[in-house]
Amino acid sequence: MATEHPLSPEARSILGARISRRGVLAGAGGLGAAGLLAACGGGGSKSAENSVRWGNWPLYLDFDEATKKYPTLEKFSTETGIDAQYFEDYNDNDEFFGKVQAQLKLGEDIGYDVVTPTDWMAARWIRLGYTQKFDLANIPNAGNILDSLKSPSYDPNRESSLTWQGIMSGFGWNVEKNPKGIHTLDELFAPQNKGKIVVLSEMRDTIGVILMAQGVDITKVTEAQFMNAVDFMAKKISDGWIRGVKGNEYAEDLTSGDATAVIGWSGDMFILASENEGKFDFAIPESGGTISGDNLMIPSTASAAGKANGEKLINYYYDPAVAAEVAAYVNYVCPVQGAQAEMEKIAPELATSEYIFPTEKTSSRLQVFRSLTPDEETSWSEAFQKAQGN
Amino acid sequence: MNMTLPKVRVPYLLLLPGFAFLFTFFILPIANLAQTSTQTPISGGDTGQYEQSFAFSNYVNAFLDNREQFARSFVYATLATIFALAIAYPLAYAIAFKAGKFKNILLVLVVAPFFTSFLLRTIAWKQILGEEGFVVPTLRSLHLMGQQTTITSTAVAVVAGMTYNFLPFMTLPLYASLERIDPRTIEAAGDLYANGLTTFRRVTVPLSLPGVVAGTLLTFIPAAGDYVNAAILGSPNTKMIGNVIESRYFKIVDYPTAAALSFTLMAAILILVTLYIRKAGTEELV
Repeated sequence: MATEHPLSPEARSILGARISRRGVLAGAGGLGAAGLLAACGGGGSKSAENSVRWGNWPLYLDFDEATKKYPTLEKFSTETGIDAQYFEDYNDNDEFFGKVQAQLKLGEDIGYDVVTPTDWMAARWIRLGYTQKFDLANIPNAGNILDSLKSPSYDPNRESSLTWQGIMSGFGWNVEKNPKGIHTLDELFAPQNKGKIVVLSEMRDTIGVILMAQGVDITKVTEAQFMNAVDFMAKKISDGWIRGVKGNEYAEDLTSGDATAVIGWSGDMFILASENEGKFDFAIPESGGTISGDNLMIPSTASAAGKANGEKLINYYYDPAVAAEVAAYVNYVCPVQGAQAEMEKIAPELATSEYIFPTEKTSSRLQVFRSLTPDEETSWSEAFQKAQGN
Repeated sequence: MNMTLPKVRVPYLLLLPGFAFLFTFFILPIANLAQTSTQTPISGGDTGQYEQSFAFSNYVNAFLDNREQFARSFVYATLATIFALAIAYPLAYAIAFKAGKFKNILLVLVVAPFFTSFLLRTIAWKQILGEEGFVVPTLRSLHLMGQQTTITSTAVAVVAGMTYNFLPFMTLPLYASLERIDPRTIEAAGDLYANGLTTFRRVTVPLSLPGVVAGTLLTFIPAAGDYVNAAILGSPNTKMIGNVIESRYFKIVDYPTAAALSFTLMAAILILVTLYIRKAGTEELV
């Protein structure tokens, strides 16, 4: 029943090396990714009574290489009779927003009944009235969301968004070049890493980690503190310490040896480590790391049927057993209570992973970047872009 | 008599599809871009909300803010064009005059890279020039490169990537020009006691000039606006104007500045190309 729109097999095999959420367009973090590949994405198909169209990040859902199908999504379709159409064409928050904004404004169908923007972008959608409130009767599993994710500032009662996966950022490194690991900014900017450091192009993660190392509370950061951290980064770039500010392709730089230390995402580092026999490692900085989430939301343009089906889909993925199955593949922070117990059954070695099920102690070291006003969003990201030569 | 009227219309009718295409996909977007380029943010509006206020100062600010990247774009594009010409001329010459029965195979090889995506080819170069690729360890073991020196994330990698990616655009027009040279003109030069070098300088080169002009234009224009090579092979210190436009548009959601920069780039390329064609003085460009 489920209609998949995966990448072509060739593209998948070429890009297969980096199995991670933002992986596909790697090249693209800097490329507005999709500019080039988005064109082959799906979307746009007509909504129908018994279907749901979900736009998600690439490689962010359990996928069976042998059958070329998404097992959990298949099961959903079989169980409910709803044709779930899956589009891996969410490559970049800003870019996806740019693509659908005009239609949202005019109230025309954007081609998706469920979208998956990151927290700060989810906040923008909600602020602009581009989402619909859930009918929670359709999502009884919504109560399974982790307590720590229950009331984000942009949606305090989780009325129109539920976390898909959580993403930690911290330090990642090549174990051979950094045998003692990297736990502080000073260790990141150690001589052996000079010119071989890559930081994330996601502003809130990179600057967030730097700010925390500078002792700033990122839930209350001021403009002056932010600009100070951006200047720090700009200095490290002009002095030749940082070689790139990138999206997912930092993973590629690590494997090719071009980078030896990064500010990166937990899920990526986890997979890199397992694919390269422990050559890489990840840690949340001593001063703390950032956590953010991607959110399932229903756009304002979805039809009543599309919305109801979308809610059923969201409910399905908030079932702990299903959530565990997804987490076992994507390796990001699982937002569903009870999934850990389910994970014991399918992959016990992952059930104790701090990357997927952070303990209380770990969670307390992670913080969410505060939400920005539209003016701040523009001027702060301008400063961040200028610091990286744009 | 009635037969003649429709005949007059035929050329116009034939032009219609092309014109409709250009209008929809060139004129309209350009008009929209022009319209966006003079907007300013709505006060109190959300990210990405702008209103028309005919702020032509956008152009001045956009240019002054990004002079460095503009300059870099034209320098890199010029270098890539020169290198591409230096590589493509002998190549096209060899294919046109010396390849014999291998001519077609060689031509296919020139075009072959087009069978894969531009993006993937550039990512491949990143691997080739990377730390664990072939080039860097070789140069290091020959002591031609220091242990800490790298190739990727430098201007060298960006210009090399551009040269490689645009090479076929240079080679094909050159080949077309060279191949069309009447061998009798070269024989005639020999009959007039010109040696090989003089023949090449006074006969072959001038006759291939249309190819040179077409090739350099086809390389320089896209290279000046390119952002893929700088994004994948470069570093924050090698960003080109294309990267700035991309980040303005998608990351900062500053549509007016992105539009103003695009127009400025278009104008700059147009001026440079006009001067170049004037100077090159080729009557026939094809």
